[in-house]
Amino acid sequence: MLRRGLVFFGVLAGLWGLWEAYKNAAEAVGLTWPFPVNDRTLPHIHDIIGQLFEPSRRNGPLLIEVLGDAALFTAKEAFVGFLLGASVGFALGVVLVHSNLLQRGFMPYIVASQTVPILAVAPMVVVWLGGRGLPDWFSVSVIAAYLTFFPVTINTLRGLQSADPQALELMRSYAASSWRILWKLRVPAALPYLFAAFKVSATASIVGAIIGELPASIQGGLGGAILNFNQYYASSPPSLWATNLIAAMLGIAFFVAVVGAERLVVRRAPEHVA
Amino acid sequence: MSENEVVVSLRNVTKEFGKGDVVAVRSIDLEVRPGELVSLIGPSGCGKSTLLRIVGDLIEPSEGEVIVNGKPAHQARLDRDYGIVFQDAVLYDWRTVAKNIGLPLEMLGWDRRRRAERVREMIELVELGGFEDHHPWQLSGGMQQRVSIARALSFDPALLLMDEPFGALDEMTRERLNMELLRIWERSGGTIIFVTHSISEAVFLSTRVVVMSPRPGQITGIVDIDLPQPREAATREYPRFFELVTEVRELLRQGGPEPPEPATEEELIVAEEGL
Repeated sequence: MLRRGLVFFGVLAGLWGLWEAYKNAAEAVGLTWPFPVNDRTLPHIHDIIGQLFEPSRRNGPLLIEVLGDAALFTAKEAFVGFLLGASVGFALGVVLVHSNLLQRGFMPYIVASQTVPILAVAPMVVVWLGGRGLPDWFSVSVIAAYLTFFPVTINTLRGLQSADPQALELMRSYAASSWRILWKLRVPAALPYLFAAFKVSATASIVGAIIGELPASIQGGLGGAILNFNQYYASSPPSLWATNLIAAMLGIAFFVAVVGAERLVVRRAPEHVA
Repeated sequence: MSENEVVVSLRNVTKEFGKGDVVAVRSIDLEVRPGELVSLIGPSGCGKSTLLRIVGDLIEPSEGEVIVNGKPAHQARLDRDYGIVFQDAVLYDWRTVAKNIGLPLEMLGWDRRRRAERVREMIELVELGGFEDHHPWQLSGGMQQRVSIARALSFDPALLLMDEPFGALDEMTRERLNMELLRIWERSGGTIIFVTHSISEAVFLSTRVVVMSPRPGQITGIVDIDLPQPREAATREYPRFFELVTEVRELLRQGGPEPPEPATEEELIVAEEGL
């Protein structure tokens, strides 16, 4: 545990050092490739962190308070989107594993769904779900779900098929129904695969939520904050960097939550844990 | 012999894989009586595992009839007449020893208390006291196989089907588990069909040894094992034991050498079922 902590902070300090060393060296020699380095293009890390504790606007609350609220808002959208996407993805995987025909028929479209840029889908989702008495942010959740379901479907399918053929024969010898086989054998066997997918999906749901906020014109989340600080980049570069930092931390928090859940749920030989 | 004195009755059973390209077993006739321990022995590709799976209704025969306990094999499977033990223990990693043994009982809808009671009895039977809450990966291969046997016996199946259950174990563990299996068999009074590669194991355990030959799988001969019961470690040193081993070996030789085909039975089964 202590070792892990040391590694974590060691790597963090190393990256910090690299950033600052690159910045110093590039500024000293006037490096222009791949981009000219100065306080506008690559602010000091202490400036970025310091910006968090400056007022976000004259006489306003601190930036970190504003971003904290925005992060919570985006987290809510992403979490609902993750649950939605994971449920749909899991259900789809379960249906497809029971029918080769459906699998062959639908898989190309499921794959194709992910080649359509999320920015092209998002406005349509907003139009479809708008004015139905649903909260505005719910369409953002649906957009996040669109990115979330895919890895879950693929890994559910793979995981459900990973059950040992002899274990399936055993279930057959107990005259077990498909439903029983699913819950007693296939799903437990699939759990390591599912959690591998959840790790990808958890961070994807944040990306989906942030991007989804743009066409939905939602101001309260990190997407809105990024848009806003992007406009003021010239006058205050560290604000946008700070926003990105908070977004990254939110993604890490989601990832860590999934890892924690995996520890609780998956009981497997140590070498089999994905 | 009347129908109800027979646990398993195979009549003219044939199984072809693919479009008749590979005949796994051809025209098998065999009867197994209650309380027997019948071994199927033969080289790879002789169809012994296929035959076992046909008895257990895991594979349907292309032709012929399989009657178990006076009903078609399919009905017998629905009635949970089979306990099965494979070469691999096939335990569920995510379940403890006790929960692995209780799995079939869950399928049968036994309530928690009845389940716990039976699991305790089975743990005692296979001498795994103290390991109830261990997970499979914490056990040795021999212990895992004992869990697998306990699981197969937990619901008192009429027929125990064992597919090279000790094939993956070292010789010493194998001999110890042979003795344990005999003890369990004597106590339960059940009927066992046992697939093996080992001549001495077959002779030592069985009341009858069915010798099979490959391509197509057929019965070369059946050897009655008239060694005294109960069998004990010293049984392996009786002159009669060696005579019987020789007799089985002779029948195996008559069946011809192992075929050069690379495909094993398991591969054929896997190819057939698309697993």
